[in-house]
This record gives sequence, structure tokens and C-alpha cells, in this order.
Amino acid sequence: MIKTLKGTTAQGIQNAITAARRDVGAASGLVFTLVVITDLREYTSVLEACIDASREHPSRVLIVTNGAAAADRVDAEIHLGEDVPGEIISLRFQGDLTNHRESVVLPLLLPDSPVIAWWPGTSPVSLADDPLGSLAIRRISDSMGAADPIDALEVRARNMTPGDTDLTWTRLTPWRALLVSALDQYPSKLKDISIAAEVDNAAGVLLASWLDDRLDCNVSIDTTTKGPGITSVELTMDEGTISIRRSDGKMASYSAPKTPARKVALPRRDISQLLTEELRRIDPDDILQNAMKQLLRRVDHPEPADASADGAIPAAKGSQVE
Amino acid sequence: MFGVTGDLAHKKLLPAIYDLANRGLLPPGFGLVGIARRDWDDDDFANYCLEAVKERARTPFREEVWAQLHEGLRVVTGDLTDEDTYARLKETLRVLDEEQGTEGNHAYYLSIPPNRFEAVISNLRKAQLVDKEQKTPWNRVVIEKPFGHDLRSAIELEETVESVFNANSVFRIDHYLGKETVQNMLALRFANQLFEPVWNRNYVDHVQITMAEDIGIGGRAGYYDGVGAARDVIQNHLLQLLALIAMEEPTSFDAAQLRSEKEKVLGAARPPTDLKSHTARGQYLAGWAGGEKVKGYLEEDGISPDSTTETYAAIRVDIDNRRWADVPFYLRTAKRMPRRVTEIALMMRPAPHLPFNATQTEALGSNALVMRIQPDEGVTLRFGAKVPATQMEIRDVTMDFQYGNSFAESSPEAYERLILDVFLGDPPLFPQAREVEQSWEILDPILDYWDAKRRQPEGYVAGSWGPPSGKTMLTRDGRAWRRP
Repeated sequence: MIKTLKGTTAQGIQNAITAARRDVGAASGLVFTLVVITDLREYTSVLEACIDASREHPSRVLIVTNGAAAADRVDAEIHLGEDVPGEIISLRFQGDLTNHRESVVLPLLLPDSPVIAWWPGTSPVSLADDPLGSLAIRRISDSMGAADPIDALEVRARNMTPGDTDLTWTRLTPWRALLVSALDQYPSKLKDISIAAEVDNAAGVLLASWLDDRLDCNVSIDTTTKGPGITSVELTMDEGTISIRRSDGKMASYSAPKTPARKVALPRRDISQLLTEELRRIDPDDILQNAMKQLLRRVDHPEPADASADGAIPAAKGSQVE
Repeated sequence: MFGVTGDLAHKKLLPAIYDLANRGLLPPGFGLVGIARRDWDDDDFANYCLEAVKERARTPFREEVWAQLHEGLRVVTGDLTDEDTYARLKETLRVLDEEQGTEGNHAYYLSIPPNRFEAVISNLRKAQLVDKEQKTPWNRVVIEKPFGHDLRSAIELEETVESVFNANSVFRIDHYLGKETVQNMLALRFANQLFEPVWNRNYVDHVQITMAEDIGIGGRAGYYDGVGAARDVIQNHLLQLLALIAMEEPTSFDAAQLRSEKEKVLGAARPPTDLKSHTARGQYLAGWAGGEKVKGYLEEDGISPDSTTETYAAIRVDIDNRRWADVPFYLRTAKRMPRRVTEIALMMRPAPHLPFNATQTEALGSNALVMRIQPDEGVTLRFGAKVPATQMEIRDVTMDFQYGNSFAESSPEAYERLILDVFLGDPPLFPQAREVEQSWEILDPILDYWDAKRRQPEGYVAGSWGPPSGKTMLTRDGRAWRRP
């Protein structure tokens, strides 16, 4: 059912949710509250992603948008039951209330369960200092949703607080899994890594930083290809080269020394899948934090002092794939 | 009923009386006499009651039920301090007894501020309306909180009331105890085998009792200023809830047994030794609460701009007995919180050993049993479960019992139950004088400490979960308030 409330308050919304839940007879096995901070242009695609994600993670989703009206008010729309697995509440703020959105969001957080904030498009400079972000233990931004993704990723890296994460990182999961399994088979010294990616591809930059952080060898990146996304990663060592090439954003060819080339499905995924995966873990991501630190070192000191030294592959530390 | 034109009577008492009649729980000859200073006749009074009933009653309006109730409605006009008023009251009661056949059983409901009790009670005595020794027909008196503002005044109040009424005929209303879920707490604890084994210090780490209101003081400035959150709520509701949660099992549910268990546990409860670290008080500041711009406490109408009355109070209480040694009970209450919620949470100790690594259990909190008193009454059990995926990751999940889903019958208003119990002379749900005294014994040292500091309570923004000192009070002990 969909219930619309015009010019309401947190208490009005709370009462409507309680009443609606009673009518639908929905059990409240909701595991967390997801606060989505977006704008009206993205609203429909964000709503779809939220419905998809709440199939795996039944949750209360608060979609926060700003309207253009001058009067201080909040309008709410409650989606509950039928095809919505959890509760989706969209909140549209108007007037001066747009500066005090947390006053409505705070009372609507589910009791005693984690709060996760997600900015599908532009995100504030510091997620943890944002009035809505400060309510959350896990804050998800998406640099690829910003006008200048690489710049946005750098801003994220500079203002990183434990609990912050970026969907750029989630996009890399299949790449990272493939790279880790490749390296597990060749425990020898790496000489050089080169990555090629589309213009403005923040994921490529982050992948380079992660490899740089973990492998301690020279990693170069070329963001001038046509894409889509990351187009190739080549790892050079004494025995030859491991190379992963993907030109269509779907299927990659994988070749390694002394083995025939193989096809590997490496599709670019949509926002729903990324969000669903990201929500599986809600503890701070230490590996991403280290990669982000390395990203800053690469930006601030483009020629690392030990660039020429041959890096040794670190011994496999449990599962490197998050 | 004294104070019949007051807010409580209009919003709660009169509708509750109608609801009782509608459920067929009032005797046929029931009569109600309102004492009011207005220039009213019986019809004016009946209209006033009708309006209250139509506005607030929870059961559907039925003409025939109203007609029955209407028969017994009378009004006595006059000042509460005027002896003539009581002469007229006596005459009205006599006539009503004859016409309605009430057999001389009378309950006096004092829905008035405590500073007027003295006048009413001494006049009842002078007019010989009450005979203390007489058992049948009975004379009972119902009083509302606050029961004094410290131990001394509470004892004075008891002496005044008990100078005219027999101690067993005094019914102190704490409407929280009339709530279904509070009574369900007794069922949960003593009708089940599952919970009692863990209901002690071996398994419980600490207990949090919260009563949060999202509203400010509204029109209650006159009553609230100078009283504050601790006297208004902790002394009665929260300490009564604590007693029910912490007491031993009574041998039966008769009033004497229940009271003696409550008295025992309240006797073992004590204020914290370190008053500075384990108490907190605050006052709300202007801000945005729930999407509305609201005033700060000091800017409210009728509040002096240098008032030091607290609107947030949190205290730690320790219970020195075998069951609860070293298990702190944290009590908090406040106005202008983000949500209206009353709940009791038993926070369990962590598992003694976790055969998982730290990353796998990073998102796991402590197990908790939460009893929600209002709104959305029910019980929630929180525990850890594996997140479905190829890796082992453990996260908190909740199991929820909602009163409204399992019992479709709407639960009676607390006042209905309590008013009925007064007529039946059934006192288990009413706190007795000794319990009131014990509550003050716990609270007085804290209030004295706050008074001695003579400081402004710490400010907190309206619509937030209280001042920083409220939080540090728990972080100091390595704990945190749950978000209710």
C-alpha cells in the first residue's frame, strides 16, 4: 500500500507507519535503516535500487529529497507491503526545513539497529560530519555519480572516516577477486603493473591504489581509453605477463604465462547489485581505508621514493577479497 | 469528582467512565457527582460530560448507554474551601443514594493539585461525609501524583489523607501501572519458564528504563516549573517499573503479596554513590523537533527565564541483593526527545567465549530483551544471526511480538482498569504509602545534590536524545544508551 501525508511531522509519519503495518500485518524483521540522500532527478532509479536491495536486506528505507517550495514543510509517502519487502518512506523537504532534515529522520530510525546513509549522486565533503551522515555507522557515497569522479574520489580519500565507503570500491570486487586468484598461482616477484581505463574512471584509480598498497611495486594507470570502465590490467613478472582485457564491459579475456587464454565473465553491474552487495557488510572496511591512504600518497607524491625497487608479493593474508 | 472541569477529567476520566459503562462494567445505579466552581445545573454538567465522551471515548457511542449514565449525573457548584459546598454535596449524595440505590458506597476522586487536598479533606471530615472506621458502605479516596515533592512532604500528605480515610481506602493512581503492557510484564516474567533463569546478574549486564516524550511542557507550565522531570516521572512511573522488573516472584497476586515484594526490592535499591558521575540533568533548548520549529524551555509561556527546572533526568540505581548485585539500572526521562517511547531493556552480558574472529562478529551487539510499554506495545528479543553469504558474518536480528497483532481486542485505557479497581476495592496496581516513601528515599539525595549545585541544567537541543552528560554517564561505565 502507498500512503501519502502532506505537511506532516515525524510523529505523524510514525503513527502512519504503525497503522499501516498493523493493516498489512507485516512483521518487523527489519535489519537496519537506510537513509538515502538524493535529488528529484534521480528519484525513480534510486527507488528501484532500494526496492531491489531490500529484497535481500528487509529494511526501513528513508529517501530524503529537497523540493523547491518556500514553506517549511515535509511531505511523506509510505510504501509498505505488496511488492515492497520492507518499508520505503520518501520524505520531501521544503523551505527552511531542508536545513534541518535530521530532525525528521532521527525519530524515524528503527530502534537500536544500524543506520546506513547512501548518497547516490553528489555527496558532502565529509560524510561523517554531515547532519544525516552523522546518524549512520556506515556511509556510502558514489564518486561515479559525481560530475568529476576522480576528483570526488580524492575528496572522499582526504575526508575518510572509518565507516565511510564508496560504491567505486564495490565495483572493483570482481576485478579484485580475479586478480587475487591470479596472483595466488604465481607467487613470484612482480615487476610492473599497468592499468587502462576509461576517461574519468575513478574505479581504475582506486584499483591502482589498492594494488600499489598491497603489492609494493610500481603501478601505472592510463585513463585515456574509450572504456567502458576498466579495460585492462597487466601484471608483469619474470615468467611473463598476466593480462586481463575487457573491451565490452561484459566479458574479459584472461591470459597468463604457460596457460591458454580463457574467457571470464566480468560484467559491469548496476546500482541495485552494487548496493545490495555493499549492504552485506556493515563494519568499517579496513582494506579500503588503506587503499584510500595509498591513493592520497600517489596524488601527493607522484614519484614514490621506492618506485624502482622490485616489490615482493606479500604472503597471502587470508582472504584478500572482501 | 473534584476538579471535574480539569484537563485530566475531560480527556481521560469522563471518557473512561463511559467506556466502562459501555463494556457493561458499571453497576446499574452508578452515579457521578461533579464538584465545580462554575455556574452550572445538572443539564450543563451532563452536556459537558457528553462532549468529553464524544470527543475522547474509545468505544463507539451508544445512545442507551449514555441514557443510563445520564440518569446518575449531578453537579454541586461552589468553592472547594466553602463548607456550604460540602453540605450541598452531602445532600446530593443522600438523594442520589435513594434514587439510584447506590447503597451509600462513595469514592472521592481528587483530580486537583495537591495543595488543595488539605482543604477538601478537612471539609469532608467536618461535613461528616466520611467515617474512617466504617467498612460498609465504603468510602474511598483516589489521588493523583505528585505524591509530595520530597520525603517530608509526602509523609505530610499521607497524614492529611489518612486523617480522614483508612489507609486501605486510599488509592494512589499511577496510570502507568494500569497499562496492559505493564501488567503483561508480570505475565512474561512469572507465567513463563523461558525468561526467569536468565533474569539475574549472571546473565543481565544492565537494565535501561526510558520514558521519552516528544512534546514540550505545553500548557503545563504552572504545574511543571519547579517540579521537573525527576519528580514528575522518575519518582513514580520509573521506580514503579523498576520495582516490577526487579522484584522477586510474589507467592500470589494479591495486593499484600505484590506490595511486600515491591517494598523489599525498593528497600534494596539505592541512589548511586558517586552522584556527580551517575546522574545527569538537562533542559531543552530551541530547535527543530520532528520537523517543527519549537521553543526552548526557558522561552515557553509561563516559565521564568532563569528557571533551573530540569526537563531531562537520568540516574543510575543499584540494587543490593543477590539477584542484582553489580547490575546497574539506568533510568532516564525527558521532554522534547526525538520520539515518544517508554520501554524497559534488559541488556545481556556478552557470550563468555566467541569461537569466531573479530571481523566476523564486528557487527554483533549484546543480546537484549526489550519490553515496549508505549506506543506499539510489545516485546522484542535481539540476538545475533549469520548473514546469508558464503562467508561467516554475524549481525543482530530481532524477534518481535506485537500486542496489537496477537490480540486484536483493543486493550482498555489504563484509567478504565484503575477506576474499575477502585470500585472493586482491588488494590494490587496502586502504590502504597510505604512505596511512595521508599521512592523518595532513593530520589531525595539526588535532588538535594542537584539543588546544592545551584547550577543551570545542561542544555540539549529539542529533538535530540539529551545532553552530553547523559551519555557520558554510561560511557563512563563502558556502556551506551540504546536508541529506543
